[in-house]
Amino acid sequence: MSRKERSGRAGRQSPLGRVVRAGMGRKRVQTLVMALTTMTAVTASVLAGGLLLDSQGPYQRAFTAQHGAHLSADFDGSAVGAEQLAATAHVAGVTGTAGPYPALTLHPRVGAGNRFMPAGDPLDTTTVVGRPIDGPLDDLRVTVGHWLTGPGQIVLPDGDSPLDIGDTMVFPDLPGRPLLRVVGLASSVTGTADGWVAPQEIPALTPPGTVPQQQMLYRFAHAGTRAELETDRAAVSAVLPAQAMVGSASYLDAEQQANRTSGTFVPFLVAFGVLGLCMSLLVIGVVVSGAVTAGRRRIGILKALGFTPAQVVRAYLGQALIPAGTGAAAGVLLGNLLSIPVMGVADKALHSVTLGVPFWLDLVVPLGVLAAVAGAALVPARRAGRLRTVEALAVGRTEQAGRFGRSAHGLASRLPLPRWLTLGLALPLGRPARSATTMAAVVLGTIGVTFGIGLALALNQVQQGLSQEMPGAVQVMPFPAPGSGARPRLVTAADLAATGRALAAQPGTRSWTEISTARTGVAGHAGQTQVIAYSGDSSWAALQLVAGRWFSGPGEAVAPEAFLTAYGLHVGDTVTLTANGRGAPVKLVGEVLSLHNELLTGAGSLTPLALPVVPDATQFAVELRQGTDAAAYSDSVNRVLSRHGLTAMPNTPMISIVVLSMDTLATLLTLMLVTVAGLGVLNTVLLDTRERVHDLGVLKALGLKPRQTVGMVLASVALTGLAAGLVGVPLGILLQRTVLPAMAGAAGTAVPGVDLDVYGPPLLLSLLAGGLVLAALGALAPAVWAARARTATALRTE
Amino acid sequence: MSAPIIEIRDVSKTYAASEARPALADLSLEVAAGEALAVLGPSGSGKSTLLNLIAGLDRPSRGTVRVAGTAVHALGEAALAGYRRERIGMVFQFFNLLDDLTVEDNVLIPAQLAGVPKAEARERANGLLTRLGIVRHARDYPGTLSGGQRQRVAVARALMNNPPLLLADEPTGALDSASAAEVRELLGALVAEGRTLVLVTHDTGLAAQCATRVIELVDGRLTRDVRNSPVAVAR
Repeated sequence: MSRKERSGRAGRQSPLGRVVRAGMGRKRVQTLVMALTTMTAVTASVLAGGLLLDSQGPYQRAFTAQHGAHLSADFDGSAVGAEQLAATAHVAGVTGTAGPYPALTLHPRVGAGNRFMPAGDPLDTTTVVGRPIDGPLDDLRVTVGHWLTGPGQIVLPDGDSPLDIGDTMVFPDLPGRPLLRVVGLASSVTGTADGWVAPQEIPALTPPGTVPQQQMLYRFAHAGTRAELETDRAAVSAVLPAQAMVGSASYLDAEQQANRTSGTFVPFLVAFGVLGLCMSLLVIGVVVSGAVTAGRRRIGILKALGFTPAQVVRAYLGQALIPAGTGAAAGVLLGNLLSIPVMGVADKALHSVTLGVPFWLDLVVPLGVLAAVAGAALVPARRAGRLRTVEALAVGRTEQAGRFGRSAHGLASRLPLPRWLTLGLALPLGRPARSATTMAAVVLGTIGVTFGIGLALALNQVQQGLSQEMPGAVQVMPFPAPGSGARPRLVTAADLAATGRALAAQPGTRSWTEISTARTGVAGHAGQTQVIAYSGDSSWAALQLVAGRWFSGPGEAVAPEAFLTAYGLHVGDTVTLTANGRGAPVKLVGEVLSLHNELLTGAGSLTPLALPVVPDATQFAVELRQGTDAAAYSDSVNRVLSRHGLTAMPNTPMISIVVLSMDTLATLLTLMLVTVAGLGVLNTVLLDTRERVHDLGVLKALGLKPRQTVGMVLASVALTGLAAGLVGVPLGILLQRTVLPAMAGAAGTAVPGVDLDVYGPPLLLSLLAGGLVLAALGALAPAVWAARARTATALRTE
Repeated sequence: MSAPIIEIRDVSKTYAASEARPALADLSLEVAAGEALAVLGPSGSGKSTLLNLIAGLDRPSRGTVRVAGTAVHALGEAALAGYRRERIGMVFQFFNLLDDLTVEDNVLIPAQLAGVPKAEARERANGLLTRLGIVRHARDYPGTLSGGQRQRVAVARALMNNPPLLLADEPTGALDSASAAEVRELLGALVAEGRTLVLVTHDTGLAAQCATRVIELVDGRLTRDVRNSPVAVAR
């Protein structure tokens, strides 16, 4: 735009418009701070709001979006025909059906040329269904790759697939050794199969002499509870030949798991959201209020020129709302851009459909924030409107410090410190209200940092605690080593005994324990429960304790909260396990950290039940002596174990996608909080420094060096930063201790105190200093500006 | 005549490249130790610019400024601060006292910045305040004093580190006639003691009373340079 065009435009502008524009141009830094603060607030709110909405009933949303089925039922294909199955759509209570789809239970092996698994290794037994991508129910959502486009292709479930795109699986037991290439990964909201192929593929995959099963998917009018679903299932089964229904799966288990995960996100998102909102309102209020205070003389001139009070109010509102509006628009854009990767990670953790940020949120958040800005700006703007012209014009260069500020200067001058330092230390006490807002911004920032770091560390501690369910540096599993070429065989009790002996004899073994799984009844309760039985010394493999202690002998057990809640038990109670008509009482001596509903005890506790050993469900955990290499140890001991059909392998720590996504979010939100806090400090100190530029000029004329000027301005926020640290750190810790148990509660567990105690002395000291650092970072730019300001110009400043 | 304490050679100062006329143009000037120089001239003639260059508050666009052998134009910011502490005492039109500090604390600042021991600084401040007749106001804040009293405080502060050069920018410009007379008398007394003074003023009475030499600037150029027998000194 040419100068002529610009001046032409300026000429057309109203006087009010020119005043607003000139005001923003004159206070460029404040205008920028306002825009950046609003942008950060809107970005964080859009992101947190989007995630919060995303975590609200992710399963129900996916269920609706993908037309999920309440029940998936498998039928004996030789007992019922397609017409009979189709007729079940008319059973009372059935509101929708899909199928029948041919289904096969197959035993595939890894095909040649796979990236991670050696060819020929057995894969888990796989239920393959021949069906289209969508149908009346259970639309499949392809997440990676593509849907079936030709023969010899298969799509596997995302997140539960041992193979990657391009990998192959072969079926050596079938005529012609058919081979399927993985072309896509997809999600089924009800988990209806382990793989999907085109229906035309089914004949080649059907073992000779057998008939494929038929899969039907159902929706019912009433399917809110297990009892209702059981009634529905029985109604369908009743119209078909007896024994025709050979299996069924309901949506309730998947829903419970998904909701449990999403529930853990809500408490910390709410905590960050509230902190961010408070911070943004505070900083915006401070910025606008500061603009009015700094512009009192200008207000006087405007009024002397004939501006009405209403015009002055509008001018100051405009000066706040124009940069805030620009910041809000940028915030919406940035929030939506960031939501793509961030919500992608979160949705993976939630097994949810990515909603993206809803359009209404993109409107409501910026409008809400702008309303808050207008509200925050209105108070000082009205003050500006009411200001008497003479009073405003008479305002000197620096507002006089009150008696408190003068006393502070007097006291500070007596400190045995350099004068430039004591001058700086006394400055905030001259403006207690402004210092309080600086402190509030730093307090909120410190709370955010303390909480964010504490949350991340505690989550990692919990993750480590949960990984104790697979303890030790080496795990011994009941199958041959991948790639060894050995065929899998049934492991016997003798093999397990030999393994124990081999581990005990192996140099480098510090401790080992044998971990088996059994299912028993619980006296007084219907159904069965899972019992994890440890043989050998298990004390080193103890799970993290929430309460009590680890079991120390037969007749003692520990359990996680899920088990205690399910059976209405407490630590100290005795529960009787039942099997084979016998009972084995065990006393609960501790509560452990685990998300599973199971009981953990010594194998000796189960002896009275005479349960048969299930070697296939047994594994060993080995703790190594210090300095022993886990890979070398595994190779060495495998020379013995391979004869017994077992394999030792280094225990690699798991990375939880839930913890990873929470860490990502916590880091991002903490950074945003710190940024806004820093901007708040920057603005306040800048305002203060600008107001004191004349005094700074005097001091520089008297010999204050640039370094001392920087030091003086930094010293002016030191006490505030230190005090903010002392207030913010305990509040941040309190928040961590409130939010984390709430998150754990949503996940169905309690948190061991040891996992919450992440604030060691070095971290505490760093966090306490963090307030100081945050304040200093915010004050650094104004301090450097003050040091660089030309003394002669500063002395002329009125 | 004693050796020059101020040597200004071919100094020009332009504030903005677009400005047609420099604030100072090819000015050369020497001021001897013990001399009291009054700089006269209309507004915008370059008087304050000249004072700022001597004080090291600003830098020349061209030329050199030496004070007591120190090349002020070539000093870095930190060195300039040290120079101002030790070599210069400044008195301003609007006093430039720090309103949050007491009179005594204001006067103490130059000594404190220079690292003078506390007791010695207090003794020095007390002596100056006594000499200037404002010791009873030592615990008062500047806002409670008259203009003349405030300027006395400013003079006491300027003398705190006993600098060889005293610079005064319109020291009577903001004072009523009675207060202005007080300040004239005070500056005259300092000149009579042999202190070197550079005085920028519109007040010809002040120049006549205090200065041993008067120069006049017009449009940044030296147009007059005359010796004077100051009334105050003569008296």
